[in-house]
Amino acid sequence: MLLKYSFEEESNKALKNKNLQEALINTTNRFRSARNKIVSDSDNWEELRQVARSIKEHTINNLHNYLQLLENNIISAGGHVHWARDSEEACEIIRQIAQKNSVKKIVKSKSMATEEIHLNKSLESHGYSVVETDLGEYILQLSGDRPSHIIAPAIHKTKADISKLFSEKFNVPEYDDPQELTSIAREKLRSEFLSADMGISGVNFAAADTGTIAIVENEGNARLTTTLPKIHIALMGIEKIIPKFDQMGLFLKLLIGSATGQKISTYVSLITGPRKKGETDGPKEFHLVLLDNGRSKIMSNPNTRESLYCIRCGACLNICPVYRKVGGHAYGGTYSGPIGAIINPQLEGIDKHPELPFASSLCGACKDVCPVKIDFPKVLLDLRRQVIENKSKENSRAGLIEKLSFKVWKGINKHPKLLQLLNSIGYYMQKPFIGNNNKITSLPFIFSRWTKTRDLAPIPKKSFRQIWKERNND
Amino acid sequence: MVKENRQIASNTNVSLFITCIVDSFFPRVGESMVKVLRRAGVQNITFPENQTCCGQPAFNSGYPDEAREVAIKFLEDFDDDRYIVSPSGSCVSMVSVFYKQLFENDEQYLRLSEKISGKIYEFSDFLINVLGISNVGAKYSGKVAYHDSCHALRELGISNQPRELLRNVSGLKLIEMDMHDACCGFGGTFSVKLPNVSTAMLQEKVQCIIDSGADTVVSTDMGCLMNIEGYMSRKSIPIKVHHISEILSITD
Repeated sequence: MLLKYSFEEESNKALKNKNLQEALINTTNRFRSARNKIVSDSDNWEELRQVARSIKEHTINNLHNYLQLLENNIISAGGHVHWARDSEEACEIIRQIAQKNSVKKIVKSKSMATEEIHLNKSLESHGYSVVETDLGEYILQLSGDRPSHIIAPAIHKTKADISKLFSEKFNVPEYDDPQELTSIAREKLRSEFLSADMGISGVNFAAADTGTIAIVENEGNARLTTTLPKIHIALMGIEKIIPKFDQMGLFLKLLIGSATGQKISTYVSLITGPRKKGETDGPKEFHLVLLDNGRSKIMSNPNTRESLYCIRCGACLNICPVYRKVGGHAYGGTYSGPIGAIINPQLEGIDKHPELPFASSLCGACKDVCPVKIDFPKVLLDLRRQVIENKSKENSRAGLIEKLSFKVWKGINKHPKLLQLLNSIGYYMQKPFIGNNNKITSLPFIFSRWTKTRDLAPIPKKSFRQIWKERNND
Repeated sequence: MVKENRQIASNTNVSLFITCIVDSFFPRVGESMVKVLRRAGVQNITFPENQTCCGQPAFNSGYPDEAREVAIKFLEDFDDDRYIVSPSGSCVSMVSVFYKQLFENDEQYLRLSEKISGKIYEFSDFLINVLGISNVGAKYSGKVAYHDSCHALRELGISNQPRELLRNVSGLKLIEMDMHDACCGFGGTFSVKLPNVSTAMLQEKVQCIIDSGADTVVSTDMGCLMNIEGYMSRKSIPIKVHHISEILSITD
């Protein structure tokens, strides 16, 4: 029996997980303070956000032209470009490159796009050995787990979890010291880098006018992944493109500042095609795989198109009061937090993620921190409308009850006398529910979800409109 | 520098947009608001008696058609040249910000929305920016932590106005609590759709209020305050919960 995933159930589980709660507070607090410092040290952060948003808006409105330009420039630089309509096609393209080159071992640097297309599963099922080289992703791969934060994928794992995991997998003692644990991973990964036939990475930005991709990291594993093996495949969501190389500085500053609060990350790799004649480093072959997988569909809706401006910084996760309480796995898809709430339903289908647009109080804090000023509340509201429209077609009982409730709500609010009548009825009907402290402590039906943890002040005998009417009749 | 100017107030015509929550559950908030407006010198105050709701609950739940019908009624009920003053940042933002989205395909009501958007104000914003009054002669002995309601802060930019008014209340000590702009977990139907997440957010907010040392929490929105008060009442936490209009209405 396949249990349907439920955000509510998963979030309830997350709320009870003490380790997760502690990790979420520590990680998000740390990222938030770091970002706040970068922003307050900057004298034109707001201006930069606006410029970045304008560039993204223009780029997405002319996406195909820029992708074409990018392709031309990568080919001129000696690279290959492939266009993948969806996950299956992307995996197939990558497998074919591996097969053609008799690849046995593949090393990977962190890429949410590769998570999106379930690449590892596809490669492994065809007999390839795939090794994640980002420490967080490496840990997740060893434990058969998925990322729960866009920047720090394994925050849901405790030091004890990792210590036990390494001890099991590598037959070593359970070390307590994070430095010790990291050096075990480092040693293991070194030999993987040196024996890999192919390296797969993501792309943070691609400049159309020069055919250059940028990869941002702090560990150095992406640098090794993209330079040691003889083949480098970079997988890129088509929305990651920017028109000009000159704009890289702006976007890198916004991405890195928003993600980790650094002025710049430890390594920034700018790659234009494969190793050139006379160069001593770099892969023989460079392949860029452009991934659509639902992005063109997002573009076709003007109300939600700005979902594609995202540069995957994770700042929205760190400020989201919901994410901070439930973590990434509760979102049930590749992406989490506010960006996950808007793109999981759009990439994977509204019917697959009907709860996500409602997994938000619409507080708008995400909108405040987004480096490209995505209006999350606006997009969420449009997705909520789509979910309800979709639900009408389903005819579920809960859906019909809610629909009827809002029709009743509408009727009442179009007739103030009816509203007043309801107030008076409510005043009398609430009496059995009022407790000793003159508060309502328990209510039936959906209202019990309020009274489970909160009291409610009783409806007063006279509403404002009644009081006003009486005063003015005096 | 904000000037005190009763001349402005006496020439200002105000229509009250009380909001469905305040009308039914917290009429005393509406009464306090009227009391303060009168004390500030506003003489011409009306209450368009056909008013009900701005439509936000349906809009936020994904029912724009139902919201639209109620919103049209709102626009018709308030279509004149008077200022509209409301004790809710959330409801004001629905009208002045979200009606543009709701009516994007209806030119007639879009234009009416734009006209009304220019005249509708949350109460503290109205006092400071329209009447030019920052001291309403109020008295309140207490340490007050101010909670920034999400819509008031992020859609309407309301942050300094309530704080300035509170600072000028005789006997009141204004405290800035940690995470004063974090969501309290209300979010309208969110509070009953995801009650456990909502309560977890609320717990964190209440802890910040307690940690600040305040004996009173104040905000511009009864949705938030109803949520906060509900939890504090359940946990017998003796911190007072007041709408800003209630604090400003106290003179002894």
